[in-house]
This record gives sequence, structure tokens and C-alpha cells, in this order.
Amino acid sequence: MTIGELTGLIDGKIICCEEKRSELVEHAFASDLMSDVLTVEKENLVLITGLANLQVIRTAEMAEIGCIVFGRDKKVGADIIDLAKQNNMVLVESPHSVFHISGELYKAGLKSIY
Amino acid sequence: MQFSHKIAGGDFSRAGHAASSVKRVLRELNIDPIVSKHVVIGLYEAEVNVVAHAWSGTVDVDIDGTRVKITITDKGPGIEDIERAMEEGYSTASAEVREMGFGAGLGLSNMKKNSDSFVIESIPGEGTKVELVNYLGRHKVPSSIKNTLKAGRTATSYGSNKTGI
Repeated sequence: MTIGELTGLIDGKIICCEEKRSELVEHAFASDLMSDVLTVEKENLVLITGLANLQVIRTAEMAEIGCIVFGRDKKVGADIIDLAKQNNMVLVESPHSVFHISGELYKAGLKSIY
Repeated sequence: MQFSHKIAGGDFSRAGHAASSVKRVLRELNIDPIVSKHVVIGLYEAEVNVVAHAWSGTVDVDIDGTRVKITITDKGPGIEDIERAMEEGYSTASAEVREMGFGAGLGLSNMKKNSDSFVIESIPGEGTKVELVNYLGRHKVPSSIKNTLKAGRTATSYGSNKTGI
């Protein structure tokens, strides 16, 4: 599915790099544990997390993850958005819980990686 | 090519700067993206460890035609028991570090998994040195594990266990 379709399914809002909304994602991984995220080996992956800090962006940069969904209505700060822009990452905010987001996206066909 | 970066202990706002900078250099040098990803993930974990546990640190990068060697040296409390620290799930991280999404006891094992050669030395009360080597070609490193334990000083080297990113 596209990032735009994904965003619609979770009542989300794209807050960074909206021009990439037509890019495809195939897999999803939900975690607040960044060392676990660094073990991910798939491409076209979306990270779903309840953690909103700079290290989430740094982790995604190293793991080459291009799209991050922040659950539970977590508001992402300007410093986080700036760093995501530098790395061409799409950031999506959603009011739903990580569990809810994961369920919706799994139901819609995003694949689990483990 | 050789260059260095400083790491400030406790400064989470800058954790990842060194790894990000090295990633850019590797891209400019047209290093294989798979090798590059392994290098920066290992370095990033090491950098976070310095920020989380030590007072200051240095990253020394040495790239030649065959390999990327990264040495992370810190001044800090050191590691009393490296064998235990290598166990997945074992961590001495603070609540602040855990709030950042780290401190689950996976850092050292992620460094090992992402390098062809991983060597760690630590002197309790002084600091820790980690050397990560990633080969640019299809070089093989023996998978045997060597442990050297000396009084007051611990050095442990591990062979390749790299995952296939």
C-alpha cells in the first residue's frame, strides 16, 4: 500500500515529507525498543512506535527506514521533524494506540517481519 | 582514509552524529550499501553506549581498500564482566537511557552481529575500547571465539556472526 493509503487507514496526518505519500510500504514493525529496530533487515518498511524522540529518527536513519508512524497522539517536536527532513523520512502522527494501528495495517495487508 | 569524532557522555541530543557522519562518508566513497549499513548500525550502538554510560569518547575511523575499521574508545566506568555484558537482555542502563529506547541489553550483541570482527577491552574505573571491522569484499573471518581474561583488564574478541542485511 502507499503511505497515503496507510495514513488514511489510521486517521493519521503526515507531518514530514508529504511529497512521498505515493511511495509503497510492504512491511511493518512495531517497537519502542530501538535496538530491536536495528535488527530489522527488510526494505520498504514502516516503523510504528509510541516513542517520540530524536533517537527514533537516528535509529531509522541507520536502519534505512523511510516511514515512521507515531501512535497514541504523540506530538513530534520541531527538532525531530528537522532531522527527519534531512533524511527524507515520512513522519505520520495517529491518534490511535500502537496496538490499534498495528491491527488496522495488518488487516489491510502490511506484512509482519518476524 | 582516517578521521575521528568526539562523543560527549550524557548528551542524547547528539547521539548518532558520528554514525550519521560516517554513513555520509561511506556513501561518498561508494562503499557497498550492505556493508555500510552494518558499519553504521554497529557504530551507532557503540555511540549510544558511550553517551549512556561514559563521560567522553572518541570514534576513530580507518578505511582502506579492504575494510572499514572503527575504534570507539571511552573514558568511563568500564565493564566489570564483559561475558555477562555480552548476554542479550543484560543491561546496567539508567531509566533515562531506557526512555530513549535503549538499555535492553542488545547493544553489544548488535555490534557483534553487524561486524566481521568484534573486539572489546575494558578496564573497570577507566574505560572501554571497542574495535569493529567490516570487510569490503567476501573476506571470511574465523568464527572461533577467543577470550582473554587478565586480572584487572578484560579483552574479548569474537569472530563473525554477521546477519545478512
